[in-house]
Amino acid sequence: MDLFEYQARDLFAKHDVPVLAGEVIDTPEAARAATERLGGKSVVKAQVKVGGRGKAGGVKLAATVDEAVEHATNILGMDIKGHTVHKVMIAETAPEIVEEYYVSFLLDRANRTFLSIASVEGGMEIEEVAATRPEAVAKTPIDPIDGVTEEKAREIVEAAKFPAEVADKVVNVLVKLWDTFIKSDALLVEVNPLAKVASGEVLALDGKVSLDDNAEFRHPEYEELHDKAAANPLEAAAKEKNLNYVKLDGEVGIIGNGAGLVMSTLDVVAYAGEKHGNVKPANFLDIGGGASAQVMANGLEIILGDPDVKSVFVNVFGGITACDEVANGIVQALKLLEDRGEQVTKPLVVRLDGNNAELGRQILTDANHPLVQRVDTMDGAADKAAELAHAAK
Amino acid sequence: MAIWLNKDSKVIVQGMTGATGMKHTKLMLGDGTNVVGGVNPRKAGQTVDFDGTEVPVFGTVKEAIEKTGANVSVIFVPEKFTKDAVVEAIDAEIPLAVVITEGIAVHDTAAFWAYAGKKGNKTRIIGPNCPGIITPGGSNVGIIPGDITKPGRIGLVSKSGTLTYQMMYELRDIGFSTAVGIGGDPIIGTTHIDALAAFQDDPDTDLIVMIGEIGGDAEERAAAFIKDNVTKPVVGYVAGFTAPEGKTMGHAGAIVSGSSGTAQAKKEALEAAGVKVGKTPTETAKLAREILSA
Repeated sequence: MDLFEYQARDLFAKHDVPVLAGEVIDTPEAARAATERLGGKSVVKAQVKVGGRGKAGGVKLAATVDEAVEHATNILGMDIKGHTVHKVMIAETAPEIVEEYYVSFLLDRANRTFLSIASVEGGMEIEEVAATRPEAVAKTPIDPIDGVTEEKAREIVEAAKFPAEVADKVVNVLVKLWDTFIKSDALLVEVNPLAKVASGEVLALDGKVSLDDNAEFRHPEYEELHDKAAANPLEAAAKEKNLNYVKLDGEVGIIGNGAGLVMSTLDVVAYAGEKHGNVKPANFLDIGGGASAQVMANGLEIILGDPDVKSVFVNVFGGITACDEVANGIVQALKLLEDRGEQVTKPLVVRLDGNNAELGRQILTDANHPLVQRVDTMDGAADKAAELAHAAK
Repeated sequence: MAIWLNKDSKVIVQGMTGATGMKHTKLMLGDGTNVVGGVNPRKAGQTVDFDGTEVPVFGTVKEAIEKTGANVSVIFVPEKFTKDAVVEAIDAEIPLAVVITEGIAVHDTAAFWAYAGKKGNKTRIIGPNCPGIITPGGSNVGIIPGDITKPGRIGLVSKSGTLTYQMMYELRDIGFSTAVGIGGDPIIGTTHIDALAAFQDDPDTDLIVMIGEIGGDAEERAAAFIKDNVTKPVVGYVAGFTAPEGKTMGHAGAIVSGSSGTAQAKKEALEAAGVKVGKTPTETAKLAREILSA
């Protein structure tokens, strides 16, 4: 889960990383009181999880309370690279910036450890700095058990060649930032820019934080960080039902078991679609192992409720779960939906393979549901589902 | 021969007395796995009956090893306690720990991986969030269905459970030496490279099938390894060509970030290393079949 800037700011503040004052609002009028609290001027910043908002006009300096309201009016509802602005942060105006640095801690997948990245050339995308001036970027592996002590922080500061007069302050920021990283179960904490201001202070002026969804069990505070406004309604409904669903922009609804098999199913459907009017997968949905009729019904309900879906491909490989149970699940799921009064009108192509596949196929044949077609290979079933979606388009 | 697991492997189950542990211990025993004990400090001294096979429960991994000579542990404990369970297995220096549990916080995995390193890497870790490892006809550790295929000469390494099953099924008439599911988390213990190296050295393996998916650069690094170190034929498959950027596709590690971690880049890297890459699982199986019958 990626956080908004204001959420990152709050998290930094909680762990004593030095930040400027700021609060988030969602109506233009609230900008007035917030700016008054900051002494009559502020920076109005669009809260979107995408870069380049400054260029898009999403960050404006307000010299007066009225200006803050005007900017908030303009920025709220603005579209920035496909992201609608629902919230703005009213932030304290930054003191005069003397230098801009970059610091982050992140997961290093390749080396199976954590990594610190630091540079005295902050303010722009670190990938850009790394590409053009790699010598200006210091990467230091961090042992997950030893962590970032003051000594380790000093090593980072020296590796990145921070000026002597800010060294102690940057060491302090790094130790606090590591604390944020560990205690929040973050995958990334990034400060850019970390600014030296005219007073000599070092402040985190903007930041990015990404948290590990798998760690939510020990972080009840994650719940309120979820961005419910931006979630696709189908994704939100799926999440309510504990379904692993991602909305895509095609026409063939997909249900399968196992993340790898479902990803593969999307690909196979996209290839098949090349022969059938370029239809594409409409979603990712992994119903996992041991999918009961109830789970199958919940999954089908989400997918059939997607107006973009023209046909559905159910692709199951029976591992521990037997295909006869899956077949019964599909039949019962359709009945469940019809009992709920839902009109099921979209064709379903079902491919069952693996454990008890023959029994499962027989159950589907016996049920003889007018919308259900059996195709016994994955590639063949994908082709049929794509063809049906194209015909209904 | 196979790799890492054979009929002589003595297996203990951490979390055997939980619902998932019970279900899969029964299945593993049914597949002929030599399960010699379970671990649960609260039930130490008891035995559990699995259709007539009495399996003792020990208080610690160390005790289980001392009393049974166990050399493999499979871990089914819930995600909140998995780190402690793996650390215990590392402390007991068991040669192989297979971590089935999914949904583990990546900080926990990073911590136990670092801990294994500090202890001299005496324990090979497979997983977390993986289906386990099977040497058909020998031993089955984890949740891979034991009856898909028979012993044979293909080695398989995969990030995905169901694609492992699918591929074993496609090539069931030829059979497998060993199939290893390494899991799709951002940090995993055993990697594609570890399995490729072991299959290369395994006299019972003639061909290797490698299944990858979007996220990270493990496949690219495996490709570089194959180029320099693997002389046996390798057939590959990569899932997730249609995955949009920035969306996690089921597995915690399956995410395209910016331009990195794409299926296309992985496919190209593997092909540049001489690996034949199939467009679909079925086509991949066909490529393997062609090589073996040539």
